[in-house]
Amino acid sequence: MKRAKVAFAGSIHEAVPHGEGEGLLRLADGRRVREDQVVWLPPFEVGTIIALGLNYADHAKELALNSQDEPLVFLKGPGTLIGHRGQTRRPRDVAFMHYECELAVVIGRTAAGVSRSEALAHVAGYCIANDYAIRDYLENWYRPNLRVKNRDGATALGPWFVEAADVADPADLDLRTFVNGKQTQAGNTRQMIFDVAYLIEYLSAFMTLSAGDVILTGTPHGVGNVESGDEVVCEIEGLGRLANTIVGDEVYGVGSQDGRSMPCA
Amino acid sequence: MTVSVSMAFADLRSIPMDVAPFRLSGAVYGALLNHRAALAALGDKVGKPPHDAAPKAPVLYIKPRNTFALCGDFVPFPAAHDELEAAANLGLVIGRSACRVAPDDALEHVAGYLIVVDVSIPSASHYRPQVRFKARDGFCPLGPKVTARADIPSPDALKIRTRIDGVLVQTASTADLIRPAAQLLAAVSEFMTLAPGEVLATGAAAPAARVRSGQTVLVEIDGLGELSNRFLGIGA
Repeated sequence: MKRAKVAFAGSIHEAVPHGEGEGLLRLADGRRVREDQVVWLPPFEVGTIIALGLNYADHAKELALNSQDEPLVFLKGPGTLIGHRGQTRRPRDVAFMHYECELAVVIGRTAAGVSRSEALAHVAGYCIANDYAIRDYLENWYRPNLRVKNRDGATALGPWFVEAADVADPADLDLRTFVNGKQTQAGNTRQMIFDVAYLIEYLSAFMTLSAGDVILTGTPHGVGNVESGDEVVCEIEGLGRLANTIVGDEVYGVGSQDGRSMPCA
Repeated sequence: MTVSVSMAFADLRSIPMDVAPFRLSGAVYGALLNHRAALAALGDKVGKPPHDAAPKAPVLYIKPRNTFALCGDFVPFPAAHDELEAAANLGLVIGRSACRVAPDDALEHVAGYLIVVDVSIPSASHYRPQVRFKARDGFCPLGPKVTARADIPSPDALKIRTRIDGVLVQTASTADLIRPAAQLLAAVSEFMTLAPGEVLATGAAAPAARVRSGQTVLVEIDGLGELSNRFLGIGA
């Protein structure tokens, strides 16, 4: 079972796919709407956002970093979240802003001191994350800096929350990213250095995980720069396709003479 | 909605932390190396590898919801460690959405103030310290209440006293912040919007107070009251 959270006609709804490949959603109240008529929100009530750096061997190599004996964990705040079909800002003065397609693991049951063998029983489900970074802002203090990784609207989640029962093996899912229709990133979750069960064991040893907490499990090889106007689609086998558009400063009125923003497309 | 909230909070005297819109939302951010003593304590390490240069943007951390503790709560003390650090901070409680605010009107976005104690397992690394040093359960006492902004004429010269088992171990002042409250909020809001109910801890002096299992940390900030928490050992 997969479900979305959408805004439509003045309120927020749970929605499920309606029919096959017709681009229709059915809201919980019975209304059927086209998927481009709604505003897609992150598909569940998000608690603590935990993210992994360099959790795929080939991506670690890409960034010229050595392998580790402990996961590289960082945290994100709620202001960074957006849903499917959202917009992410690229400041005009930056040279390297990149996407990161990641498997997001949603906790469903409190986890404290959980062993690896029990860990997956605490997972409610999965979704796709696109965890943007702007490397221009990297400073060598308490990395990765929030200015790089915790920007407004720079973490897309969705489109669906997919129940764990519908994902046969979270350790064998293909991930792909397309920029303007061209494939730029590919990998499989089996290439993770620290797998989902291990991450839950590791994290729950020092912090209690609660329902709604989400773990963004890292990205494979193939990150690349994106420009204003690019459409970025992250795809994970069985979880759907998460679309996002890069927009420039003018939409936010940043740098304009009178501080006014351009109308959104 | 936003307008009525901003008008209302000027009149409030004491804001309970569990009532919207001042309810703590799950996000507590804090600034590191924003106190002159904290940066000075690093000495010439600042310009050397792996750092190479002094920080330009605010250096920030996040305390997730599992770390929150209120006044009087026990802070679980991990058995594998002898000492923890308890870093006393002035915290800004956001009252209105703060996005790219100017320093001159940054404080208009603040509903009030509270004490934030950033508890950490001591670490020599400022490069990429592990999250497990700062994100353990109970590692962020907050309180004792939110004091309305109107009751604090200026956040820029408040004394912060830290006592351990009644002994004064640190006296600091917000006058020594490198980016004072308004400048810090402006710099942070340049890239991340702070929402009502979120908290921004403004930075602690160094060296941070060291606490052992069984001891009680009491932090007092002028006008904000006292926040007291006992640290107690937990099993292996």
